[in-house]
Order: sequence, then structure tokens, then C-alpha cells
Amino acid sequence: MPRLLATMAACAIAVISVLHAAPAPGQTASAQLLTLSCSGCHGANGRSPGQMPPLYGRSAEMIAQALREFRADQRAATVMNRIAKGYTDAEIDAVAREIATTWR
Amino acid sequence: MSTLSRRDFAKFIAAGAAAGAAIGAPSVWAQGRTRGRVVVIGGGWGGATAAKKIRQMDRAIQVTLVEPSASFVTCPFSNYVIAGWRQINQITHNYNALASRHGVTVVRDTAQAIDGAAKRVRLAGGRTLNYDKLIVAPGIDFRWGAIEGYDERASEKMPHAWKAGPQTLLLRRQLEAMADGGLVIMTVPANPFRCPPGPYERAAQIAYYLKQRKPRSKILILDAKDAFSKQGLFQDGWQSQYPGMIEWVPLSRDGAVTKVMPNELTVETQLGEKHRGAVVNVIPPQFAGRIARDSGLANASGWCPVNPATFESTQAQNVHVIGDATIAGAMPKSGFAANSQGKLAALAVVNALNARPHAAPTFVNTCYSLIAPEYGISVADVFRVTDAGIVAAPNAGGVSPRQADAAFRRSEAQYALGWYASMTQDIWGA
Repeated sequence: MPRLLATMAACAIAVISVLHAAPAPGQTASAQLLTLSCSGCHGANGRSPGQMPPLYGRSAEMIAQALREFRADQRAATVMNRIAKGYTDAEIDAVAREIATTWR
Repeated sequence: MSTLSRRDFAKFIAAGAAAGAAIGAPSVWAQGRTRGRVVVIGGGWGGATAAKKIRQMDRAIQVTLVEPSASFVTCPFSNYVIAGWRQINQITHNYNALASRHGVTVVRDTAQAIDGAAKRVRLAGGRTLNYDKLIVAPGIDFRWGAIEGYDERASEKMPHAWKAGPQTLLLRRQLEAMADGGLVIMTVPANPFRCPPGPYERAAQIAYYLKQRKPRSKILILDAKDAFSKQGLFQDGWQSQYPGMIEWVPLSRDGAVTKVMPNELTVETQLGEKHRGAVVNVIPPQFAGRIARDSGLANASGWCPVNPATFESTQAQNVHVIGDATIAGAMPKSGFAANSQGKLAALAVVNALNARPHAAPTFVNTCYSLIAPEYGISVADVFRVTDAGIVAAPNAGGVSPRQADAAFRRSEAQYALGWYASMTQDIWGA
């Protein structure tokens, strides 16, 4: 009986924490805000249905490196070079981490 | 805790629920598993995005989407229907996935009035919807009569085709019926209006059709302004793809149309010059959709001021306005911008209903135009929220390079198709 009660209490706590929906580790609100626009072209969760390069399954290192190279005009691009220039190093790292860890 | 019996625990929960219900608190327990009720007015680029994203972020929030149409025809890519190389069913999207996959309650009705004090929306069909948060995404309406003689009836003779659907098909049919050698007149309003590069892409797409089928025809653009989006790129593209076919008359050369005579297919400019066309496409001046204006969400300009960090109305509490209806600083009235704003408003609402903090966002806009099916150009910008409102990030963004080879233009045309596939999947897809 005490064990059942403990389970129930744990469930109640779990329900409450889901209801309060605390951000998952590594998912800060600002990183979420930074990546709101990315999925417009690259697809929901990075799964692009058409000609846009998908971002799903890419590591944070790959994404960050690509963004830095776009920003420095060191990688061929049509629009990403123009867009990457709008972000700081810290933002590029936050965007890369957010996409790599939360886009599922 | 170990002294509580299982029955006591159940009683404790029930008592909490009863207390919540008794005082009418917006408690989770009192409303079952509902954390809040959100009503979204309008199922276009902004509204459908917001409805879906709220449900994706927090399933405990009830979302009701109010939209009078069973399906939505996108303005983006409607110029290609006018040109004849896309079909209207390829740019038509329904709400089935929003309802069945995402649990959005889709109500097919028109929002008649918003009662901000009571937090409820009255629908034309007689129903009333209560909300904790309201998202208004009404798009644009036309200022009928702003050009003398141009009202809804006149648009049956001189289509605007600036809300996609039957008007798109009407303009297409008129072009098909026109004889070779005919003059197509387009009138373009002053800023701000929906889709700043749209009229100039349309001119190119009409030229694409005419060049193949009616090559002696011409296009005359009468513009109420002296500069336009991606101007150099458009003019280069018109010249290289359709030499001599498209003439653009700016405001300073008497381009502003002030009067139309629909039965004579004739338009008249500010200085009284008359132009008669075989087909006349009038893109009229615009303002925020009716429900926003009737509900006090618009200011004297006819557009809706918002807090740029949340897109909450500065004129009403618990109401967010998104998309073309807003005053969004440097952000254009584009589908991409509306999608970005829809996601932001969704996050702002989810944060507020969860009592979580909300930070200032950044935005992107990426907008493609096709001079021809294999010739694309783009504008892209990053936007930040500052004390001066939403501004474009300095030293970033801009338009496609003026000097670029055919492979680059072809690649951007391919990306334009990818852009549409991703955007529409993100908004209306499963």
C-alpha cells in the first residue's frame, strides 16, 4: 500500500509538472524564439517535404559550422548567406543546439 | 504523506476540484485538463499557423479556429495559376489535418463581433465563443471606393485577384479570352499593401503567358509609388525575358489611378489621362480585415498596432493580431512574415497561459518571386525588436545578387517551389 501511494504521488507530481510544462533541458525560450522562422523553409522539425535542404538529424556542430561559413561567404548559398549575417556567434550556437536537440 | 490512505488522497484531489469550481477560478482541475481556451479568427497563413502551433506546444490548451471557408487558396503561387502553369487545386489547402491530427476545433463561420470585456466572440451563425486569449488574423480588406468607381461589383469586370480564389480564375479567363495584341493594364496601390513584390511578379507571369500565346500584347503597370520591392531585379528580368512587353509608369509620371470606368475597361490617372485596356487588373488600396477594424484593433491608419515582442494588440488586452492586418515595422505583409508571427503569437499565448516568461524574438522573412518558371529572385531579411519597433538587422539580408548567372536564377526558382512545399506543410499539413 505505501508503495502504491508513492506511485500515485509520483504520478500526481508528473501530471502537475507536465501541466506546468517547464522547458525541457537545453530548450530555453530564447532559443525556441530564435528558431521559429527556420522551419518555415526547412520544414516542420526540419523535415522538408520539397527542395529545401532538411535539417532533421544534423548535429549541432554541423549546423553551427554551416551557419558560420554562410555568414563568412565561405559556403555557396542563395539566401542563407544573407540570413546568417543577421546572427551573433552565441545565437548561431543556440540555434544549432536547439535544432539538433529538440527538432524531432 | 505515508499516513494518507488512498481514499484520503482521492478525497483531497476531489476537494481541490470542488474548490476550484466553486470560486470559478480558471484552474486546471475545474476545467478538467484544460489550461485555457484560445480562439483564432482566420485560417490563413498566420491564423492556421498559430492554431496548429499552440496545439503542438501545449495539448492542454483548447484551440478553436473560426474560418468561413472550407478551404484556403493561397495568394502565394496564385500568379502561376494566372500564368497557366499551376492549377488552383495545387494552391488550395483544407483544415482536415488541423482538426484530426492536431485537435483544433474548426468552426466554419464568420466572426461577427469581439466583446473584449467579456472575452467572447460572436459568430454570424449565432454562436458565442468564450476565450482566455484571442488571436485575430483577418488578413486584408479592400477600400472599396478609394479609387472612384472601384467597388465589389466593378471587380467582376476588372478583377483584383488579390484574394486568391474565384478572382484568380476570373483574371485567368479574361487573359485566355483576350486577342493577341491586347493591352493588359495593372494598377498598383501605394504602400502599405499585401505582398509588396506581388504585382511585379504578376506582370512577369502574365508576360510569360502572353509571350507564348499572344506575343504582340503588352502590359502597362500604373503605379501609385515611385519605387518597389526587388525593383532592379524585376526590371532586369522583365527586360531579359520579355523585352519591350512591360511598361512601368511610376507616380511621378502620373501613374496613380484615381478613377475607373468598369464598363469601358478604362482607368483614369490623377492628371486625368485615360487608359483603356483589353484586360484590367486593379489592385486596390487595402486595410485590415473588417473584424479587426470593427473591434477597435485598428488605428486611424486602418492597420493594427501591436507589441512587437508578442504581437498582442496595443489597443486590447488578451488579444493578439498577426499577419497582413498588423503594423509590424520593417516586416513586410508576406505569407512568411504571417507564419513567423503566428508562431510567435502561439508561443506568447502558451507562455502566458503557463505563467512563463517571454523574451523578445527575432524574425526572418524569405520571399521568392518568379520572373519565369526557371528564373527566381528573392529577398531575405532578419528582423529584431528594438526600442524603435521591428527593424531589419543591419549588414544582413537583402535581395538576390543583381549579377547572377542562369544557374543561380534556376536554383532560386527551385527553392521557391521548396519554400511553398515547406510553408504549406508547416501551416496546413499533418
